[in-house]
Amino acid sequence: MIVVVGAGPAGIAAALAANECGRAVTVIDENPAPGGQIWRGDADQRWVVRFRNSGIPLLAGARVVWGDPVSRTLLLELPDGARQIEYETLVIATGSRERFLPFPGWTLPGVFGAGGLQALAKSGLPVQGKNIIVAGTGPLLLAVAAYLRGKGANIRLIAEQTPAASLWPFGWNLAKRPAKSLQGLRLAWDLAGVPYVPASWVVSANGEGRLQSVVLNRRGTVVTEECDYLAIGFGLQPSTELATLLVGPDTLVAATGDAELALLEGRAAGYRAAGNVPKAAAMDPDLRRARAFADELDKTFALRDELRHLADADTIVCRCEDVPLGRLEGKDSFRDAKLHTRCGMGPCQGRICGPALNFLFGWPDTSQRPPILPARIGTLLAEDQGLRE
Amino acid sequence: MPEIRVDGMAVNAAEGVTVAIALLSAGRNRFRTSLSGEPRAPLCGMGVCMECRVTVDGQPHALACQVVVREGMEVAT
Repeated sequence: MIVVVGAGPAGIAAALAANECGRAVTVIDENPAPGGQIWRGDADQRWVVRFRNSGIPLLAGARVVWGDPVSRTLLLELPDGARQIEYETLVIATGSRERFLPFPGWTLPGVFGAGGLQALAKSGLPVQGKNIIVAGTGPLLLAVAAYLRGKGANIRLIAEQTPAASLWPFGWNLAKRPAKSLQGLRLAWDLAGVPYVPASWVVSANGEGRLQSVVLNRRGTVVTEECDYLAIGFGLQPSTELATLLVGPDTLVAATGDAELALLEGRAAGYRAAGNVPKAAAMDPDLRRARAFADELDKTFALRDELRHLADADTIVCRCEDVPLGRLEGKDSFRDAKLHTRCGMGPCQGRICGPALNFLFGWPDTSQRPPILPARIGTLLAEDQGLRE
Repeated sequence: MPEIRVDGMAVNAAEGVTVAIALLSAGRNRFRTSLSGEPRAPLCGMGVCMECRVTVDGQPHALACQVVVREGMEVAT
């Protein structure tokens, strides 16, 4: 059996491709419904509909906490227990998460990831009439702002850290890709009247017990804006924990990017998993084109140096263990920081502070050890028994 | 509309939403208290940051952003 981890665009495409080749497939996802983050709550999205109509079994609400590439087994934790599942070939389509950078006040309730606030709104969080500032970098900010505005939110402004001089050439190149320019025009229409301010970024978030205002560097001028929510996103970070743990000949990884690239990556991985190499290889030109666009995005929206200096000595960097930046002084690696301060050793296992520290200090991300997510003792015991049988 | 109890208080939640949505919609800003005593609420909204963890029906460390509300559910922050 082919097992696909992740029911976002890549996972759905992989499962459908393998299914099309006549192979038995099972998909695992930690969320209650398929669609990943981008199609969360969107039961009518055509890929989600195709997936549902395919009859491919989905194990929803199941988190992969451990795996063994030798016995080709995954250990899953479900709300009501644990389960082991064996695979012949594994497709890892765990997608990506947002990259966060620490700044004073970023731990206040009301500060969300940009994609995070969108995900919450898609799941039913009312944003009608809320004053929202969207800040960070990349085209996701526009998509999030347009979505929230469509739900009745009042988008005060979008602060994009990239300077206008870098945005223009990108916009010009976009014109060569009709589908993407159409998306861009649509967003521009949806966001008409919302200030989109390049070369601007959040300096601090402030409030008593919850977010009340945000201080922004707006093209060199420091301004304070009141708001209910702040949606911040500094680009995406692939979730590679499972792929790192299960690297092996029977493991395929569908890389991540925008939904278009993810669909292509997933489909190619699905064909390969099913042993249909010609079909996978036929997708190479499309994949190359989509990857080139992803590279262009990364280059255009590269993080500026000023963002390395937003946090002060008291700013918490590791939110799980409440480790402020000042305590990391003199540490020379993530491991050093972990051993001396517990930075990165809380429940998120460095998923939030790891990428931030990589940007701040150039520390490579931490090594991966199972369990890759916090798990109940009962779950680990279930695996123990499984191995003895 | 399922009714859940949050720290003993009745909260009406929309059908099929997650615990995180139910709490945020009810104006709750403290999902957990950090080691240094700060209130924390969801950040990533997608099961990564673990900031939204609450106790659901006696089960600690449940991620509010991934657990769907059920009639009579007991949530402790």
